Order: sequence, then structure tokens, then C-alpha cells
Amino acid sequence: MADNTLLNVEELKVYFYTYAGVVKAVDGVSFDVRRGEVFSIVGETGSGKSVTSRALTRLIPSPGRIVGGRILFEGKNLLEMPEEELRKIRGKDIAYIFQDPSSSLDPLFTSGYQIAETMTVHATADWKNAWKRVIEILKDVAMPDPHKRAKSYPHELSGGMKQRVVIGISVSNKPKLIIADEPTTALDVSVQAQILKLLLDLRKKYDTTVMLITHNLGVVAEVSDRVLVMYAGRVAEIADVYSLFGEPLHPYTIGLLKAVPNPLKRIERIEPIPGSVPDMINVPSGCRFHPRCPKAMDICKREQPPLVQIRGGRSVACWLYAEKNS
Amino acid sequence: MRGLRGLKPREIIRNWKERNKSRIREWKLMYEAFKRSPLAVIGAILSVSFIILGIIGPYITPYDPCAINFETMIQEKLQPPSLQHLFGTDEFGRDMFSRVLAGARTSLQVAIAVMVIAVPLGLILGLVAGYYGGVIDEIIMRITDIFLAFPGLVLAIAFSVVLGAGIESAMIAISLVWWPGYVRVVRGQTLSVKENLYIEAAKAIGVSTRKIMLRHILPNIITPIIVLATLDFGSVILVAAALSFIGLGAQPPIPEWGRLVADGRKYFPQRWWYTFFPGVAIFFSVLGWNLLGDGLRDVLDPRYRRKLEFEKEIKV
Repeated sequence: MADNTLLNVEELKVYFYTYAGVVKAVDGVSFDVRRGEVFSIVGETGSGKSVTSRALTRLIPSPGRIVGGRILFEGKNLLEMPEEELRKIRGKDIAYIFQDPSSSLDPLFTSGYQIAETMTVHATADWKNAWKRVIEILKDVAMPDPHKRAKSYPHELSGGMKQRVVIGISVSNKPKLIIADEPTTALDVSVQAQILKLLLDLRKKYDTTVMLITHNLGVVAEVSDRVLVMYAGRVAEIADVYSLFGEPLHPYTIGLLKAVPNPLKRIERIEPIPGSVPDMINVPSGCRFHPRCPKAMDICKREQPPLVQIRGGRSVACWLYAEKNS
Repeated sequence: MRGLRGLKPREIIRNWKERNKSRIREWKLMYEAFKRSPLAVIGAILSVSFIILGIIGPYITPYDPCAINFETMIQEKLQPPSLQHLFGTDEFGRDMFSRVLAGARTSLQVAIAVMVIAVPLGLILGLVAGYYGGVIDEIIMRITDIFLAFPGLVLAIAFSVVLGAGIESAMIAISLVWWPGYVRVVRGQTLSVKENLYIEAAKAIGVSTRKIMLRHILPNIITPIIVLATLDFGSVILVAAALSFIGLGAQPPIPEWGRLVADGRKYFPQRWWYTFFPGVAIFFSVLGWNLLGDGLRDVLDPRYRRKLEFEKEIKV
């Protein structure tokens, strides 16, 4: 199992030092990503899923700081790597797809230029060859009329086309890991499915691993192999997708699944989780979910639950299961 | 005739047009926006003639603008405008038309020198301050504030006095007071542009910081800088004239408009042409750059171009 691990994150902590106080956006998150899988991170807005994904290559903006943890990518700790070396990994071994395609392309350069730039930055191709590759890549991402579109500026492309270009940029260097941060959120529902399918096809074609950040449980169920559920900067539960949807363990996951319509089960009504995401400056003591948890116990208010391994490679951070194990 | 890759020249042009369709379209829209503003056209005509005069002025003067002919000096001095001397003559019998023409060169030199020194300096400092933020930003901006705390002209006079009179010291003095304005504008623009996702995306694909600043931030903030520089071109001419007016800046016998106005004061208003024509030259050159700068604001505004697109069909 060990050599199958592409990425190993241990006790990652990212704090934002704001004027109002320290925001513990990510507070001790650990997980593994295995080669070739689609690993999803789900959570509400503000749960720290995007921050976690950006922290992987230390792309945390100014008031934020990675204060602890270890990120092993193919055995190398990215947190101890000098910036220069890390830059060689960004875009080459680890590529990002950001949420909003309309703002992740520079308006002043053609789509072809922006794909080519990724390759020339890492010297995987010189300009001449990069341009040839651009057309291939645009074909790969199913862009209609790739020769023409390579010469188009972002404002001449539709949202779906822009996201295809962004995906093209991310795969251009045949990365080992693609981090897709809500790649379909800003798109039309009809285009969302196309883009997801494209992402999965490219994963096979380029033989890479995909880390998908989303709040859309439908998307998670559709494409993931394993899922990490995040709540208020901590891991709630990690499980393979079938177990997670079949038998969710953490009360938060259970609540989350009840909060969205499920086409497989002929239910009933949607049950919202009571309360709202906690203030990240004054986080609740103990388990961060306890004020909203229907099964909260005394210990939940006092102590943080450990992330415990359960059968089938699942882990869950909840006192309900920690006690059973110990 | 067979040219590149066995293509006929006409085919090459057609291919180029096909490839750069979007860009050509924008250019045509810019031209359209420009045509629609008569003031911008006037500004452009004035500014271009100023530059042309600045380049060729000293070569086309009917008389030597600086040399004094002592033999004819007494008869020729302070003559009113005539066919022989279109703008009259000064107290040494020199042709004012020649002196005003040659003066364009002096003003152009100062203005270009200031643009070449102050704008890049302001760009670099503003980009660095805006992009890095934090302590670096504080240091750069506080120094900038110190410069901005004094009125520009007063500070320019002070520098000029310290550096000694002369056209070079005027250039340096004006440049020294001109860069802080650019730092502010560039920093402000950088702060807003660097928050764009495409800057983060550029970081995420491993583009170096220097390249992000020069390739992805600078081109996205250049429009207001171009407009500001155009407007400032006029202001620099004015400040340079002001320095010469009070005796700093260009020294005689170099013809300089501000200096000419100052020298003519003694004979005003009886010998009005002495001050009037250099004054008119200053007025039109400054006006030209201001009108052009204002016009460029519209021409370079992509939103205005989108609006034009609806009103007029552009064929490429």
C-alpha cells in the first residue's frame, strides 16, 4: 500500500492571522491520496477544503500561514522544500483547476498562449513544439475548432470552453496530480456533466490522479473513489465512496446526506442540519460539530475526537466510534 | 514570387490576418473610438506636430536661433512680426520664429527624459510595493509619501537649485518629483489586479514572480499608465517652462519657451510678440497632450469598445 501512496498529508495546519483574530482554517488535517484514484474533499463553504488544496503547494495568500504538518508528495516534504524547487513542481507534477474559468485566464493572452506558457515555463517544450502540443491538447479537451480557438482570447470563449482551456493548461505537462477546486460550480448544469466526464477521460488518458474539491455531493457520488468529509477545518470522515453513501458514520456526514435530495432513496423530505458553520475565530471546544450534533455527548464538548481507523480503511473523527475502538 | 514556406505574399498576409483576427478587430475598434472624438483627433494632431517640430525644428529654422549678428543687431532688434520675421525679433535681433521652433526641441528633450526616468522607476517601485505588500510596501510607500508631501513644482525648484541651473539638472529635478505619482497609481492597480484568479493560476503553474509581475500584471495595468503618462507629458512641458521662467532649467542661448516668455516680460506689452508667441507654443503643446490623454482614455477602454461593437459593424 505504501508505494501506492502519491500524497500523504499529516496534521496540516493553516492559520490566517487577521485583525479580528487567528482563523484556524485548517487545523490538523491528515489524509492519503493514492495513485490513479479520484479523491474528493467535500465540505461546506468555509470548511477549509480550498485552503487545504492550496496549501499542498504552499499557495496560501498573505495573512495565512502554514503553521504545522507534513506534506509528502512522492516521499518529498513539500513544506520544507525551497520556493524555487517547489515552483518546478507547481504546474508540472501538481496542476490546479480553479473554480471560476472566466477569471482564471489572463484576458490579454490567447488561450493557446496560456497553454503553451505552462509548457515553456517548465521547459517541457520550446515555443515551437508547445504550439503544436496546444492543438493536440485542445483536441484532447474536446474543444470545437481547436485551430481557431487556440487564437481566441478568453472573452471570445464561452464558460465551458474556458474551463476546457483551463483543464488543457492543467494537463499540458502530464501532471501526476490534478487538483480541481470546484471545477464545475461556475458552469451551467448541462456543461457540468460534460466537464466532469472530460476530467475523468483525461485522468485515464494521461494516467494521473485527481483530487476533487467540491460541495456537490452528486458530483462526489458520480466520480470519486474515496471521499474526505471536512468540517470546520478538520477531518470528519474518510471513506470509499460506496461506504460513505451507503453507511455514513459521522453525524455530520449523515446530516449532510439528509440535507440533499437523494434520487436513489424514495424519501421523504430534506432535513437541514440545524445551526450554521461555526465562527472560525472562536471555534467550539472539543468536537467542532458538537453544537449542531444530534448525538452530542458530554465528552464532545470537552475533548477533540481523534481520527480513528475503522474497518475497510475508513477513518472517522467522532467519539461515538473512538470509544468503541478503545 | 514564392515567399515563406512556398506561400505567395498575398497568402502570407491572408494567413496572418486570419490568425490575428481578434487583434485586428480590436485595433479597428480603437481607431473607430478615436475617430469619434474630435478633441482627441485635435490633441493627436497637436501632439504629433509637437514631436515632429521637436525633431526637425532646429533644422528648418530660417535663421540661426542662437547666433547674434552684431552688425545688424541695432537695426533688427525688437522688430514687430513681418514677412521677414514672422514672430518678430528679440532684443538681440534674433528671429523669434526660429527661436520658438528650436524651443520645441528643448521641451521635447525634457519631457522625454522625464518619461524615460520617472515612469519606469514608478512602474517598478509600484509593482514591487503592490505585489509583495507588507514591509516592502510600507517602506516604498512612506518614501513616496515624503515626496508627495511637497508641492511638485516647489520640490522641483529646490532640486533644480541644488543641482545648479541647466537643462540636465531640470530633467533630473523634474524626474525626481514625478515618479511618486506613478508609484501610487501602479501600486493601486497592482493591488486590484493581483487578486485576480489568473494571477493565482499563473503562480499555480509555476511562473516565476518576476514573470508574473512583468507578463501578467503589467500588461493588465498599463492602460491607466499610458493615459497618465500622456497627460503628464503636457504637465512636464509646463513645469519645465516654469523652471526656465524663473531662471533655472535651460540657460541662454538655448531657446526655451519659458525662458523666452520671461525675457520678453521686460518689453511687454509694447513688444507683445516677444512673450506672446512662446506662450502660444506652450499653450498648444500642453493642450494637445491633454486632449490626447483624455481621448486615449476612451480609446483604450475595452468597455467603450464593446459598446461601439453594437453600434457599428466592424469587418475584419
